[in-house]
Amino acid sequence: MFYDARISMGMLFTLIGTILTAFGVATRSNTAVYAKSLGIDANLWWGLVLLGFGVVVMMLGRRGQTKLEKEKK
Amino acid sequence: MLNLSAADWLILLIYGFFMLTAGFSLKPAMTGSKEFMQAGRALPGWLCGMALVGASLGSQEVLGMGAAGARYGLASVGFFALGSIPAMLFAGLVLMPVYYGAKSGLGAAAARSIPEYLGLRFDQKTRALNACLFAAMAAFGAGIALYAMARVIAALHVFDHVANALNLPPAGILLLAIALPAALVLTYVLLGGLAAAMYNQALQFCLVVAGLLPMVLLGLRKIGGWGGLKAALPANSLHDLIHVSPGSFHAGAGPMGIGAVGLLLGVGLVLGGGTWCTDFRLLQTAMAAKDVESARRAPLIAAAVWVLVPLLLVLPGLIAVGLPTPRTTIAVHNENGTIYHEITVVAPAVEAGKGLVPAKADAAGRPVMGPDSQAVLDYEMATPNMLVQFLPLGLLGLGLTALLACLMGGVAASLTAFSTVFTCDIYQAFFAKGASDKRMLAAARWAAVGGMLLAIGAACAAMRLNSMLDAMVLVFAAVNAPLFATLLLGALWKRATGHGAFAGLIAGAAGALLHHGLALPKGEQPGIHGGWIAVLHHPSSEMALGLGTAGFAFCLSLIITAAVSVSTKARPKEELKGLVHSLTERPPANVTWWKRPEALAAAILLAAIAVNLIFV
Repeated sequence: MFYDARISMGMLFTLIGTILTAFGVATRSNTAVYAKSLGIDANLWWGLVLLGFGVVVMMLGRRGQTKLEKEKK
Repeated sequence: MLNLSAADWLILLIYGFFMLTAGFSLKPAMTGSKEFMQAGRALPGWLCGMALVGASLGSQEVLGMGAAGARYGLASVGFFALGSIPAMLFAGLVLMPVYYGAKSGLGAAAARSIPEYLGLRFDQKTRALNACLFAAMAAFGAGIALYAMARVIAALHVFDHVANALNLPPAGILLLAIALPAALVLTYVLLGGLAAAMYNQALQFCLVVAGLLPMVLLGLRKIGGWGGLKAALPANSLHDLIHVSPGSFHAGAGPMGIGAVGLLLGVGLVLGGGTWCTDFRLLQTAMAAKDVESARRAPLIAAAVWVLVPLLLVLPGLIAVGLPTPRTTIAVHNENGTIYHEITVVAPAVEAGKGLVPAKADAAGRPVMGPDSQAVLDYEMATPNMLVQFLPLGLLGLGLTALLACLMGGVAASLTAFSTVFTCDIYQAFFAKGASDKRMLAAARWAAVGGMLLAIGAACAAMRLNSMLDAMVLVFAAVNAPLFATLLLGALWKRATGHGAFAGLIAGAAGALLHHGLALPKGEQPGIHGGWIAVLHHPSSEMALGLGTAGFAFCLSLIITAAVSVSTKARPKEELKGLVHSLTERPPANVTWWKRPEALAAAILLAAIAVNLIFV
């Protein structure tokens, strides 16, 4: 492997999760936005899920990367 | 008009940035043709498995699975599971060691592509025939995929703001939706080759789950959970499809109209095998694994994921038809003595649809009527319409990103496969036998550019000639189904010969054309839908015709290959070492039984059966 793919994957989902969570908090009181999602602040909740997933994957990737570099040496 | 917020655009842009980053960060590692075309054969099994799932979820698959759900009901979940999982397990357990070959030229040479395997196992003419057919199919398929998604993007009006800012005419939006993803894919493939494509395909699979799962959950909540969904759908399930009375075997039961035996054999063997055991666009990801054990594990990991993929992608279509159809309404309400009239206007084509699935609209926006004076439904719009219906701003951007990612992952798979097959099996094999590695690398990059130009050409042709989308079924039947028969015989039967394989491939392709030309589904005009020679029989649906054609081509190819092989001279056993399953060295089984691939495969099969019994 050239570099551990989980690092970029984790970074992408951490970023997307942060954006969605922030957007969800900012639009929390806006019922017009969430009429579609049946009144649930889907951005906030799904954003948090993705944020958690992203952080876990990124940490796994970091560990994999150090292992990969050790093997190369 | 779809108005996206800044958050939606930000998510789209970030994804675009990450996609290109994969290309740029892999650029320094692309030192030779092996790095570029085979990702250096250095990737771990889990990444290959994830990339395999990503490559298998192109735009047509994602849109098509939603469409099948809307059209054929819950039975399609079982249909897709049957058409993928058994074939993937077979590929992982039996075929991958043979395709992967030995590493770095020790013992039998390692094939870089499926045509090259055919060349090693059979002869050069079989290789050339398959390489040319495959290259044409890959470029054509990439073009069709580009067009299929561009149509959806245009229908959702995603790029309208961009196009307005650039002062483009309406047709320009479609062109922009074709050219922009094409340019992005070409950029990262040129930079990072197969490795960049695979890193992005793994990313794409995660995005599909992240983008579509909230929509499915919200949709299920709206329709009243699983019970509400079942109540909203006409009762038809896989059970009805299989438990047909003996008299109606060929008339078929269920809305797909295929008999039980035909269904099991056609879908499981021909459709599944023709895709997962044959198509180099998918197999290239597993062949880039770092060793033979990882290469075997890749299809198994992909199969484990595919246990749940059909549910995720078919359910949007089911929910879409189950919901009430939007109608033009006038709501009158009285507020402090003032009377308000709220008018919700719905386009006539949407009103003529079924649930959230709109009818196809003609140029004036009126619904298109079929011969039975029922509106012709545009089933492919089921999943995109669900996205727009349920996802709020913010998540909507993520959903659209997932759709775009599928398009680009699928196109990238076609493009890298085209580049590898063209460079190895056409350029090096027949025009520049002693080409240096530097020249091969340059040739692979130029082949990618050429492949993308061909694909854009095919997409523009499909824009003019809408029926080209339907031609994919025929292309599959003529190219992949016979190839699966030859590969199956080649990998499992020592006696199969080059002349046999060559004759089998040609007979299979000719048989597919002949079968397609003589049969016409009910209610269709002769032409691209079949019956262009003469109409001899009427299959009950287009799907039945597609399966019948592929099945016929497969059987014909199997018989001809076997017959010609028996009457020609066999190759000595020593030459076939590592190319036939029974003559391949197996690594000593020193791991505990539950860690072996066979145990994993059995577990996946049981899980798939359990999921389908519970839900279907």
